[in-house]
Amino acid sequence: MEKKKPKNVFREGAISSEFIGTSIAKHQTKTSIGAHNIFLGQVRADSIDDKTITAIEYTAYEDMANQKFHEIRETTFEKFDLTCMHIYHSLGKVNAGEICLFVFVSSPRRKVVFEALEYVVEAIKADVPVFGKEIFEDQTHQWKQNT
Amino acid sequence: MRLTIKYFGMLAETTSVSEEQLEIESSSVAKLIVKLKDKYPELNNLDFKIAVDQRLVSNEDHIHAEAEVALLPPFAGG
Repeated sequence: MEKKKPKNVFREGAISSEFIGTSIAKHQTKTSIGAHNIFLGQVRADSIDDKTITAIEYTAYEDMANQKFHEIRETTFEKFDLTCMHIYHSLGKVNAGEICLFVFVSSPRRKVVFEALEYVVEAIKADVPVFGKEIFEDQTHQWKQNT
Repeated sequence: MRLTIKYFGMLAETTSVSEEQLEIESSSVAKLIVKLKDKYPELNNLDFKIAVDQRLVSNEDHIHAEAEVALLPPFAGG
């Protein structure tokens, strides 16, 4: 089966609020849309044994990850009546408090976007080969694991 | 046959290798894992999955010559 080449979902560093705002603004011309839903993953300053996480440094098996994002996208469009969907994930260092994942789904009707967004985010967490090094303030680190 | 092996995240850190070529005689995933654990005993204590040509595989699967094999630690996206 012939497939489109997957888009590159990755962005270097944190995803800025300007980028997110611009993405929303770009949809004003798509007037069949009646509901957007947005998920923003933010790096949490967890404390472990008296040490606080100051940043996560993301790496990925990029080719496989983009292929997985593409599959998640295709499956989501099959399952839900969406007008459009956008996914962006950070690579490299993202400080605590900054955004590392931006998922944006749009549909004519609201109920669909609530379900679709949860589906997409859970699939990303479970299936996409992205790795996170949690860096503490003293520059030691541990490896993040999705639960 | 010759394989390209890629290591990611904590596995790249532990083995100090991010990519290498390996010559193996057998073509099953299970036998490759034995060989890798022999080369890098640290892998015995780590949780990882194997992808062949960007698809997750199980121990019973076979690997073809020139395949790109990746060792993937637990995922942490989002």
